[in-house]
Amino acid sequence: MTEYKLMKGNEALAEAAILAGCDAYFGYPITPQSEVLEYLAREMPKHNRIVMQAESEVASINMVYGAAGAGFRAMTSSSSPGISLMQEGISYIAGAELPCLLVNVNRAGPGLGTIQPGQGDYFQSTKGGGHGDYRMIVLAPASVQEMADFVFLGFDLADQYRNPVLILSDGAIGQMMEKVKFKPYTRPQTDKSSWATTGKPKTRGRNYITSLHIQPEKMEEHNKHLEEKFRKIRENEVRFEEINTSDADYLFVAYGLSARICQKAMDIARQKGIKAGLLRPITLYPYPYQRLNELASQVKMLLSVELNSGQMVEDVRLAVNGKRPVEFYGRMGGMMPTPEEIVHHLETLIQYHHVN
Amino acid sequence: MSTDLHELPVTNVEPALVCGKQEDEYEVVYHKPATMVDTAMHYCPGCAHSLVHKLIMEVVEELDIQDKTVGVAPVGCSVFAYDYMDIDMSEAAHGRACAVATGIKRLMPEKYVFTYQGDGDLAAIGIAETLHAINRGENILIVFMNNAVYGMTSGQMAPTTLPGMHTTTSPDGRDVSFYGAPIKVSELMANLPGAFFVTRQAVNNPNAVRRTKKALLNAFKYQQLHKGTCIVEIIGNCPSNWKMTPVEAAKFIDEEMVKTFPLGDIKIPAAEDLKIF
Amino acid sequence: MNSLNDCRQLEELIVAGFGGQGVLSLGMTLAYAGMVENKEISWMPSYGPEMRGGTANCIVILSENKISSPILSQFDSAIVLNQPSMDKFAPRLKPGGLLLYESGNIFKPSTREDIDIIGIPATTEALKMKNAKTMNMIMLGAYLQLKPVVQNDSILEALAKVLPEKYHHLLPINRQALELGEALAREMKTQPV
Repeated sequence: MTEYKLMKGNEALAEAAILAGCDAYFGYPITPQSEVLEYLAREMPKHNRIVMQAESEVASINMVYGAAGAGFRAMTSSSSPGISLMQEGISYIAGAELPCLLVNVNRAGPGLGTIQPGQGDYFQSTKGGGHGDYRMIVLAPASVQEMADFVFLGFDLADQYRNPVLILSDGAIGQMMEKVKFKPYTRPQTDKSSWATTGKPKTRGRNYITSLHIQPEKMEEHNKHLEEKFRKIRENEVRFEEINTSDADYLFVAYGLSARICQKAMDIARQKGIKAGLLRPITLYPYPYQRLNELASQVKMLLSVELNSGQMVEDVRLAVNGKRPVEFYGRMGGMMPTPEEIVHHLETLIQYHHVN
Repeated sequence: MSTDLHELPVTNVEPALVCGKQEDEYEVVYHKPATMVDTAMHYCPGCAHSLVHKLIMEVVEELDIQDKTVGVAPVGCSVFAYDYMDIDMSEAAHGRACAVATGIKRLMPEKYVFTYQGDGDLAAIGIAETLHAINRGENILIVFMNNAVYGMTSGQMAPTTLPGMHTTTSPDGRDVSFYGAPIKVSELMANLPGAFFVTRQAVNNPNAVRRTKKALLNAFKYQQLHKGTCIVEIIGNCPSNWKMTPVEAAKFIDEEMVKTFPLGDIKIPAAEDLKIF
Repeated sequence: MNSLNDCRQLEELIVAGFGGQGVLSLGMTLAYAGMVENKEISWMPSYGPEMRGGTANCIVILSENKISSPILSQFDSAIVLNQPSMDKFAPRLKPGGLLLYESGNIFKPSTREDIDIIGIPATTEALKMKNAKTMNMIMLGAYLQLKPVVQNDSILEALAKVLPEKYHHLLPINRQALELGEALAREMKTQPV
């Protein structure tokens, strides 16, 4: 029987990486996620795995590229400014279709910003980030348990689709401690021999990893192939959680830490007789557009709550497509809204829209 | 990546009938290594890349390590290296080849891993990755093609461009007071304890080619020792961007390039390290 | 994150003071004890660029149900170890809440009348025990005497887990500190505050 452990989100993620069979981790220190590198620097060698502190995030992501290209389970983690540095490599990884796991423990920006939690990297994570036509599967954990669970899921999805997967967390989820249970895990079989650069035996043609397709016809063909893959991902991998939506008049939409705060706001609102519900997107790409559109028919108003100036709200508006008012409430700079503050804002909006 | 996405036109030249002999009546005195892909190259006449590609593949063939070799191609003229070398290869983002090679080699320490990088790729945008890989003593071979110019983007100034040398971005000649002197990468890197074998060679005449081949052969073999990084710098001819004929370019190396980049070994392994050979 | 019809948690606590006073480990010990008892728990630290000397705090939530927000603006209890924390968090206690403070470091406690305010001379007592670092455990002992949110045994088990093994020779003195805190709080309780 597996026992609960008390761990920081970052540590749970690191432990999960070991249990998920991560062969190699390359990273560079940055607050608030240095615990991942520290934990793995201590633990990975015990399992004969590779862990390396690279000279920069630019080097880290390219080491991941090399290791993933050779068919190994590889990952890196960083926080916002470091993830910005990795964007070039991420674009190449997506173009070359290399499965790997990336982790962004989001802090507030732009620029050097602050080391406090934020959700300002939503656009960067879900709309590209690097250059060219590509998408990453983006998983948004809202608890220490999910920090661990999504490592297994993330690696599996990466292998399944030959695509980078990003865990988009934040400084609070990374630094907080909760109890966590590591469930038994069976790694799905994936055969990478048809493309991994492991050395060419006489029995097969050469494998090469590239994102270069110099002829426009070939490039478009590759783009279409990628898009077909992203279509499958949109069809099959949408994940979300609903709480109290069946009778909700007002719907909070929030992910990660914001969703936790909104859950409390929802409870306070219900005590006041306001029927609030919560939709928490778990995958930020693919996004639960369809379910939000269905729920929009049933509620009077939607309120997107984020630790930024309004990023995911654009996807909520796309989903709702004008059916109902979509409002936004956010705090920035590492400041976090309190549940009471959110309820107060909801009440004000109900008055404003005369939707009570 | 599947191979079919990436085919270049295959040379399909009918064997010429000379002196009325059929092809199979000739005695074969030379053939290119079986580790080369049978295809036309995109390189300019007189370019060093095609020759160095072949030398590397000869070494791979002679050591019989095709199934144990992984190459990393750069961004630059040789970005298509994997179209010509019949081995597993990975393209790297501009300058990042040493980081990619680190990722490959650390996971597969028994494999022979090399990067193939030009001067813009290695000495400008990628110098940090290069320096740190060497400083860690990564057991890889860095083949550093130095032709003092950005080739693929057609002739801009490189970190290794000679003082006074005319390029499209130094039209009045490289001004050392403005851009500094050319970086002598190999001398710089040889100072790092992680560097095991550092040499500078050329391929502008038959003797130079033989010496380069020897250096590459040794550098590949040294990977078995796990003693550190090997750097084989090759002064490459670039007639197109030097605005010269191939013959003039070959002479230019002997007359001008070697003044800044003298040929020869810069750091050689200690005899005791080579005992097992 | 299951549905929560009842948003009340068992205990919503803030621990605050200077870095180096053992603020985070106090909270962690309590959180661990909660886990030993199969409670739901969360421990949310403030974190900053400074390793020592800055302000530090952590929010500890114990609950029978799944915990929603780990970030709170109002608390059932506060353990404050310096004056800035007193000034900052005393106004954020819910009416009827418990404000426990370290009286050696804090000279101007809150004047609120709708909460219980109790000072513990934990620093002085810790110095008497010849180990200033036990101050936080004295405070924890006092807190648990006033708010027995977890069992004594659970705390002792937690202590062994939170304290790295190389410091396990310090387990007895930490236990003593806890007991001393409990005793001090019992005395305070019997006196008019």
